[in-house]
Amino acid sequence: MQIYLPIAEVSVNAFLLLGLGGLVGILSGMFGVGGGFLMTPLLFFIGIPPPVAVATEAVQIVASSFSGVLAHLRRKSVDLKMGTVLLIGGLIGAAVGVVLFNYLKSLGQVDLLVKLCYVVFLGIIGGLMFVESLRAIRRSKVVGAPPVRRKHGLVHALPLKVKFRVSGLYISVIPPLVVGLLVGILAAIMGVGGGFIMVPAMIYLLGMPTKVVIGTSLFQIIFVTAFTTMLHATTNYTVDIVLAVLLLVGGVVGAQIGTRIGVKMKAEQLRILLAIMVLLVCGKLALDLLLVPSELYSLGAGGGH
Amino acid sequence: MLRFIVALFLLVTPLSAEEIVLGLSRDEVAITATFNGSDVMIFGAVKRDAPVPDGGPLEVIITLSGPLEPVLVRRKERVLGIWANTDAVEVDEAPSFYAVATSGPMRDVLTSVEDLRYGISIPRVIRSVGAPSEVENAETFTDALIRIRAASGLYQVLDSQVDMEEETLFRGQITLPAALTEGNYSARIYLTRDGMVVDEYETDIAVFKAGLERWLFEMSRNQPFWYGIMSLAIAISAGWLASAVFRIFQR
Repeated sequence: MQIYLPIAEVSVNAFLLLGLGGLVGILSGMFGVGGGFLMTPLLFFIGIPPPVAVATEAVQIVASSFSGVLAHLRRKSVDLKMGTVLLIGGLIGAAVGVVLFNYLKSLGQVDLLVKLCYVVFLGIIGGLMFVESLRAIRRSKVVGAPPVRRKHGLVHALPLKVKFRVSGLYISVIPPLVVGLLVGILAAIMGVGGGFIMVPAMIYLLGMPTKVVIGTSLFQIIFVTAFTTMLHATTNYTVDIVLAVLLLVGGVVGAQIGTRIGVKMKAEQLRILLAIMVLLVCGKLALDLLLVPSELYSLGAGGGH
Repeated sequence: MLRFIVALFLLVTPLSAEEIVLGLSRDEVAITATFNGSDVMIFGAVKRDAPVPDGGPLEVIITLSGPLEPVLVRRKERVLGIWANTDAVEVDEAPSFYAVATSGPMRDVLTSVEDLRYGISIPRVIRSVGAPSEVENAETFTDALIRIRAASGLYQVLDSQVDMEEETLFRGQITLPAALTEGNYSARIYLTRDGMVVDEYETDIAVFKAGLERWLFEMSRNQPFWYGIMSLAIAISAGWLASAVFRIFQR
């Protein structure tokens, strides 16, 4: 069934969008990522204009994250205190990121920068996670029980220490604030919720337990993407609500299924799957930059100088 | 008023004794949620005060053009092993949609001089003057624009696809694709003989969003804040609903 999107001004198959939303929703629920880093390129691929894709994707992320976070709240696997600290950093970061984005846009080449950002960050994070989780799986096989003890590093030497009971941490608020800020900046530039950066950062930098990380990340993402949605809707008018509804119907259902799959899986398995997925997207984007494109020319809206 | 009508009459006085009388299957296209392209039938007759003049056969050209807008065409080049956009040319005016249908092969129906004068074939409709001097082969950018839009069905060349009967009745059909932008689409009809334009006729087809599409589009422009809030409200309630429904299923 074809449906005409009022803002994107293209006609697309409604079932295709429902399916895409469902698929990305499952991943979102499983890994606590918004799924934007997967969905945005997919939307480009089916012919949605990039500005509309980026803005509308934010709405869908809000829906699937909200659906996911409710499931996590019931399971008490959301560290609201940590989430709030990350969120404060995230909102400041998002605002800075939007300013930075517009500055880069005025210089030109912003598309390339966004893609390079994707390749570099997805590559680093995916690679690190993959190696780390392989090691963790091997260790648990050899010894039987994983004797992972968090190291006391710089994170514990800073002032302003706060107890994060749900995460079982007693650390300074400065590292989570900085993590939130940096992720917020990147999220605004790359047009995603930032979960795929946030999740590993929480695990490896803050030392939070994986089970809590996902719910907390989703909690934080809701607010950051709601903020970006409003920015896009009021400044660029690029939020397509029909597209959003189709994606989020699939997305929220997928997120519920994904959350249930995620609970049944071991943390290392979850991490290695996320790592593989991140590396796949990274590889695809890198190939696009390196291989000779089939069409050297591209069209954009003119008149703006 | 009378003088105005007389003046108008003088303006539209045909170039020769042959005149177009036109019919359209529709003079507006409403884009609704289930819009999936539309066919426009353009038909008409040739009115004559005198017998058919000597010379080659009478031919018809029908064009349908979407609103003109500037387009930025970018070219990728390999920079340090990476394909990046380097040169860009702004095409001052290009129609968002353009179809040209003829009753015979284009080169027989229209001379290039007349094409230049009336702006009928696709390359003649696109206006590009502002190519920066440092960009080489600026015309390849216009070619690329035509190639990309033709590939997505936005630019159509329908050679010999207008039916012409007895040098009097003609009929052509143009298919509008699903990905259509709003605006006034102008339909132009030319009668030609020996490649020279004998008469021309122009009319508008309004293409606009209707119903829910219209309402959402207006709201996103006029009340962007509430549009954003509405989007978020839908997102949150959909998320909550899915969660609630799944909880019931789990019991």
